[in-house]
Amino acid sequence: MTQSLAQPTRTKHRCWVYGDNVNTDVIFPGKYTYTLQTQDDIRAHALEDLDPAFASGVQSGDVIIAGLNWGCGSSREQAVTAIKWSGVSIIIAASFSGLYFRNCINQGVHPIVCPILHTLITTGATIEIDHGARTIQYGEHIFPIPALSPSVQAILNAGGLTPMLRARFEGEGTTR
Amino acid sequence: MTGYTFAEKALACAAGITSARAGDVLDVQPNVVFSHDNSAAIRKIFAQMGAQHIRHPERLVITLDHAAPAPTTQHAQNHAEIRQWVREQGIKNFFEIGRGVGHQIMSEEALVLPGEVIFGADSHTTHFGWLGAFGMGVGRTELAALWATGELWIRVPESMLITLDGTLPAGVTAKDIALRLLGDLGVSGGEYRSVEFTGSAIAAMSLDERPVIPNMMAEFGAMSAYFPPDEVIFDHVDARRTRDYQPIYPDADAEYHQRHTINVSALEPLIALPHQPDNVIGLSAAERARIDQAFIGTCTGGRYSDLEAAARVLKGQRVSVRTIAIPASSSILKQAAHTGVLDTLIDAGVTIATPGCGPCMGNHMGIPAPSEATISTGSRNFRGRMGTADAPIYLANPYVVAASAICGHIAHPQEFLR
Repeated sequence: MTQSLAQPTRTKHRCWVYGDNVNTDVIFPGKYTYTLQTQDDIRAHALEDLDPAFASGVQSGDVIIAGLNWGCGSSREQAVTAIKWSGVSIIIAASFSGLYFRNCINQGVHPIVCPILHTLITTGATIEIDHGARTIQYGEHIFPIPALSPSVQAILNAGGLTPMLRARFEGEGTTR
Repeated sequence: MTGYTFAEKALACAAGITSARAGDVLDVQPNVVFSHDNSAAIRKIFAQMGAQHIRHPERLVITLDHAAPAPTTQHAQNHAEIRQWVREQGIKNFFEIGRGVGHQIMSEEALVLPGEVIFGADSHTTHFGWLGAFGMGVGRTELAALWATGELWIRVPESMLITLDGTLPAGVTAKDIALRLLGDLGVSGGEYRSVEFTGSAIAAMSLDERPVIPNMMAEFGAMSAYFPPDEVIFDHVDARRTRDYQPIYPDADAEYHQRHTINVSALEPLIALPHQPDNVIGLSAAERARIDQAFIGTCTGGRYSDLEAAARVLKGQRVSVRTIAIPASSSILKQAAHTGVLDTLIDAGVTIATPGCGPCMGNHMGIPAPSEATISTGSRNFRGRMGTADAPIYLANPYVVAASAICGHIAHPQEFLR
């Protein structure tokens, strides 16, 4: 959804913190990819082989903070949707795998590249995001939120690629 | 003004513009759009988008390979939905269970050509670099968008140049080159890069061996990979292709963000230890680690030369742990039957299963029990990859996998190759 005026400028988020090179097999095991269908079933296995505490403990508004190459491995989109359907809409990492970054954008999950934060923070801590100033604050530390290209930001603002294309097809008034 | 990389040229061409640079965001129209057992899920997303018809059905390829034949009722239902969709939409390039792994089928049938762009809902779509094509993995939503619109946004990746010089020693394969690169630069070494290869070792690789390296660049974090196509590639595709193509080569003065050279003459067989493909050590340092299962197969390591390598080691021998060989395609199975490779494997106690992905991603056909170790010619050994979290996976070339199958522990193939 497009950010409305009613959205607060500053929001607080509880953090789940992980290391480098976390791969999609531990975020959402491949054995479930053709059988689990519902949002509830998929989110129940989020981070199953990485952090068994996550699926039961995560709350809406929480964020994930990770090291380098978050989401490496498979193209499986459930590695993003399992987290999204757990209530996480922002993932902050030192870097993302290219596929995972794209899957985030296309699912309306904001991937934020931040090189150092994961080394300073531990699970359970709280960060504050200033949406107007585009910064992340943790204690004394303030980090910028990098800009996305306008066309990529537009997908994120639309809530992802599916709602964006749905609006486009409806706008065209065609059934192609 | 510097020259252009392969990625810059190929993506500009597929976007219908004259030139592009790394960092540009383009709307690219790929020549081929690939999906597999995930096509039923993609169909649902496609419906949510409000699209009624596929924009370019002739560009689609759909295979059933990841869980094939269906191991459960749910998987069977998934396949049934895909078959119905294929019929409804008149998708010509549909491949049933048993034909093989999508990447291998499309390579064999020359459905992807040099200079073209393929987007596939599978991370190993980097595979098509072996033909000099730009292959990139995408997510299910992106694949649905490709069905609906025929195009997709992409940020043109920066490129790195990897030079492969020298001649591979006996018993060392392209798999070891891929593992060496992963060991040298890590699983994020090629993150969001077009990994473009050059060097004298490429020409010496057989058609069978070449795909291994671009395929495994998925493990390197690469968006795509590229081998410069030569006469061997042109002969292969010209015998089968149904359209024209224009090969693309990077300029000599293209801008590469990183360069790395591997002297393949100096390589020894390598092992990727659990649980990451860049956890690479020399075979000699890994010998004697116990294994419970050996697996020869996948889009990375299930081609004819892999089966033949295993047969050379297993000739007159007997495996001491259960060993599964899964040809990457029905053509490979047929060739192995014809040449006697299959006889050798079966006589050695190897079990043969339906061409396809096999147990690589933990769906069926060889899921390990907890704590059981597997040695595999596949590409990925992340925790839980083969369906069981507490089951270590070692990656190696087919000679090493076969020797280890005989010994019941990781072993050097040397004594079996005399």
